[in-house]
Amino acid sequence: MGHIVIDNISKAYRNRRRQRRAGDDPELRYGDQILVLDHIQLEFQDGEMVCILGPSGCGKSTLLKIIAGFDQPNDGRIVIDDRTVTRPGSDHIFVFQHNGLLPWMTVWENVGLGLRRMTDAQAKAERIAEYIEMVELDNFEHHYPHQLSGGMQRRAELARALAVNPELLIMDEPFSGLDFLTHMKMREEVVNMHEFIRKTTIVVTHDIDDALIMGDRIVVMSGQPSGIKLDRRLDFARPRDFQKEPALNQLRNEIFLMLGVPYAV
Amino acid sequence: MPSDTPLMPRPWKTRLALPCVAFGLLLLAWELLARFAGWSTDVFPGPLKVFASMGELIANGTLLKHTVASLFRVTLGFYLAVLGGIPLGIMLGRWQNARLLINPMIQFLRPISPLAWIPLAMLWFGIGDKPAVFLIFLSSFFPIVVSTTATVSAINPIYFQVGANFNFTRWEMITRVIVPAMIPGTITALRISVTIAWLVVVAAEMIAVQSGLGYLILDSRNALRMDYVMDGMIVIGLIGLLLDYFMRRLGRIESAGWHN
Ligand SMILES: Nc1ncnc2c1ncn2[C@@H]1O[C@H](COP(=O)(O)OP(=O)(O)O)[C@@H](O)[C@H]1O
Ligand SMILES: [Mg+2]
Repeated sequence: MGHIVIDNISKAYRNRRRQRRAGDDPELRYGDQILVLDHIQLEFQDGEMVCILGPSGCGKSTLLKIIAGFDQPNDGRIVIDDRTVTRPGSDHIFVFQHNGLLPWMTVWENVGLGLRRMTDAQAKAERIAEYIEMVELDNFEHHYPHQLSGGMQRRAELARALAVNPELLIMDEPFSGLDFLTHMKMREEVVNMHEFIRKTTIVVTHDIDDALIMGDRIVVMSGQPSGIKLDRRLDFARPRDFQKEPALNQLRNEIFLMLGVPYAV
Repeated sequence: MPSDTPLMPRPWKTRLALPCVAFGLLLLAWELLARFAGWSTDVFPGPLKVFASMGELIANGTLLKHTVASLFRVTLGFYLAVLGGIPLGIMLGRWQNARLLINPMIQFLRPISPLAWIPLAMLWFGIGDKPAVFLIFLSSFFPIVVSTTATVSAINPIYFQVGANFNFTRWEMITRVIVPAMIPGTITALRISVTIAWLVVVAAEMIAVQSGLGYLILDSRNALRMDYVMDGMIVIGLIGLLLDYFMRRLGRIESAGWHN
């Protein structure tokens, strides 16, 4: 199961420059620190694909790092299926924006990273091969990450994450730095992957279209300190098309406005 | 002159021939200097005399004995430095409190030349191999600790997060993240510190021992045999050249893998 509760999370950082600007405004301060996340309350259902949108610097990565257990909140807690997250672990895997593969291991070794404890060597090899095949890297098992293109690296990392069968998949800007076509293709693959495995997935993006095309649910975060501006289910049929779905287009314009862009470009 | 193209690998014949030209010119200059500078051949022997006496030293086994003695001390001192320095460097690189605790002390001890330790080394360890090995240990220990610390603390934190995400134990963090990540930097560090160790062994052998290339040089000076002095210098240079070559090879084996 992958039922996630983000329970009243607050996070503050030390930041001299912004601290001065904030002055004594109690809304912006947290002790002697600057508040980045302000009592974030969210709940995700098992199997949901949640897309989190927000302006750059609003604390999206910070929130994901807390969910992953890499960072501790100042307040609140993360609960996965009634268990509070205290540290990273293989039931909630973080997929990095960039450079998440261990460069001294081949694709095969990277995908096998979470399967080290499997004693049945045959079953282990089959499982690794299965996930490599799933992301269509079957001819690149013995390549090192630097020998792969950016898109292939992301796919290998996705395979590594899925191979441990996590309850939750956390992806931070999974398409950033990819060229346009690779971006589109990768987005489709993530959607297909999700349709297939149905694991709770949180995707952070700054691209409104990515969020609207992919999400079962869309969450928009505001600027400093960050709160939730919008949290809505997206019950549109897939594949989604802005042309044929006026309501989707309408929502898109709304979000553009919400993020401070006066009209859809 | 056409400009240099550093990315073009030269064929092996060129790579062999060019250094030979340089060594040839060195020999020629040496011979000319010995002939026309006006010193007696006892003070400044030419290459022929030096190579002839090297033949003698090889034939009677002296050169081999001293070379082995030096290599033994360098190997022992250097291994001890690696054995102590790399784990300490890993600890300092990973653990900030340890770094705050110990690093200033290391930076304080590091600039003290190993040669300044000679009186204490002789007092503590007497004569024989021990003080020499101790000096070699000192000479390479600090550079190894300092560069290992730098290499380890520069490892991309993402790799540790990946390890934690896949439930790595502390031991797996070391063997699967830290060690592979630090290999390229460490090989460079070892290459530099083995050169320093080799520099120091000769000095160390001038004080407390009756064997080794440093002793050969000192002893030959006392006997006024400058040709033997030069034999010792040539062997030291050759071994330094070989050490550097092997460390380079070691570096290349690694870079053939993941590190481009
Ligand atoms: N380790 C840190 N120390 C201090 N400030 C930080 C740290 N990490 C992030 N911040 C600050 O927190 C805010 C949110 O950062 P981040 O979560 O990376 O934003 P996003 O991913 O939405 O672009 C930024 O203003 C950033 O400067
Ligand atoms: Mg970010």
